[in-house]
Amino acid sequence: MKKLNKEAEKWHNRGWLALSVLIGIGFWTILSFIPRTSRVFPNIIEVSKQIAVMIKRGVFFKDIQSSLISIFAGYALGFIFALPIAILMAWYRPVRKVIEPWIQFVRNIPPLAYVPLVVIGAGVGRKPQIIVITLATFLTMSIIIYSGILNIDDTLIKAAKVLGASDKDIFLRVLAPASLPFILTAIRLGASVALTTLVAAESTGAFAGLGMRIRSLNNNFETKPMLLYIITIGVIGLIIEKIIKFLERKLTGWQEKRVI
Amino acid sequence: MAGKESDIKVRIQNVRKTYEGRSGEVIALNGVNLNIHNNEFVTVVGPSGCGKSTLLNIMAGLLSPTSGKVLCNGKEVIGTGAERGVVFQQYALFPWLTVYKNVLFPLQMKKIPQEEADKIAMKYLKMVDLEQFKDNYPKELSGGMKQRVAIARAYAANPEILLMDEPFGALDAQTRTQLQQDLLETWESEQKTCFFITHDVDEAIILGQRVVIMSARPGRIKEIIDIDIPYPRNQATKLTNRYVALKNQIWALVYKEFLEQKK
Repeated sequence: MKKLNKEAEKWHNRGWLALSVLIGIGFWTILSFIPRTSRVFPNIIEVSKQIAVMIKRGVFFKDIQSSLISIFAGYALGFIFALPIAILMAWYRPVRKVIEPWIQFVRNIPPLAYVPLVVIGAGVGRKPQIIVITLATFLTMSIIIYSGILNIDDTLIKAAKVLGASDKDIFLRVLAPASLPFILTAIRLGASVALTTLVAAESTGAFAGLGMRIRSLNNNFETKPMLLYIITIGVIGLIIEKIIKFLERKLTGWQEKRVI
Repeated sequence: MAGKESDIKVRIQNVRKTYEGRSGEVIALNGVNLNIHNNEFVTVVGPSGCGKSTLLNIMAGLLSPTSGKVLCNGKEVIGTGAERGVVFQQYALFPWLTVYKNVLFPLQMKKIPQEEADKIAMKYLKMVDLEQFKDNYPKELSGGMKQRVAIARAYAANPEILLMDEPFGALDAQTRTQLQQDLLETWESEQKTCFFITHDVDEAIILGQRVVIMSARPGRIKEIIDIDIPYPRNQATKLTNRYVALKNQIWALVYKEFLEQKK
């Protein structure tokens, strides 16, 4: 009975999603016919045709590939730095007191502002892109993981202690699983930061990439492929989020309530 | 009570605990002395903030006293120990483990072989009547069921002393009555020394062989009343003259402390 309801609800939700997509495309089509907006919103058929055009120019897959490499390299490095530093900040007051203000400070600066400095320091090419994405994802993920660890229920640690857990048991069997939801949230929000930072990261001296291509198309006012590229970034973001949400459901389905 | 000297399980000796508060030193406990006998059921009542939870945490080894000491089996309590189990008000189940794995946790900590551990875990799940929920996660259980799992988990660790910190405080009246009954049955079938904190006078009397009444800050033991009502006790016990007389006596003492604290 319950399973049937779930199935029905799934289709129900899919129906709404389809409706939402249709309305969005309809709205887009209307904009493509209004003279004032038609230039910025070429219609969906025109934009779809650009896939073939950009493939023929030999850049479409190269750009996607280049951007994905930068995103994943920067994002992975950001996570590798964020996890231990978040744990250190949660456990050692001096570390927290010294590092946290700086993280909060730099977090509020848009990456676009410091990209030129990074390029001057690291040169053009892939390196500055990865540095910028690493920095931005590190800032977001470390704060999320650290505040998550701080909020772990103290009674769980006490309970483990009275049940005979050693310090190692407490770390591996209590703190690690208890922080997993925050780590996954950090990974999800980090992915969206990586994507938003991408365009800034590719703004100077990139040889390929979705963000770089949008800027270069802009020089010739080629709005059709520009819109295609913008949508492509959105689709990549959506796919990454879906994958991470799937992992969250698999790994932290035990949670009382969903966070963020 | 069975007052033999050799029969004493826990000795609380002149325990004092102070905290550094915002406006200077706060004395949570002062000059607390109490002997608890083997397999005795002691309940503690007192106004909130009288330090009863602090005392339990000191006995559990989760806090250390500022001065004085707690002896358990004649040995000074330093840190937690396998002979002392705790049931918390907030259940403190591990939400990422199933009911079964929660009960199994202390057995894994003790490195008990899987087969034997499984037997023990199932025995206590049966005791709290939750075998059919063994593969559920805590979030799928009601508050009363969660606390039953926590009790099964505490029993699985097989402590000699069970310290309970208002374990039924967050439950509705019906569930609480049910769990009191279950706890009494469990205690009668598998005797352990119980130290049970509550703010509910009825709960203190229906469960305890002795009721310890604590005074408001600084927390001290104000009076200890023997509950000379034989077990098994049940809801009908609450209607007997002896029960009503004891309740009046204890309630008056607790209420006085409450007023005292308000001043």
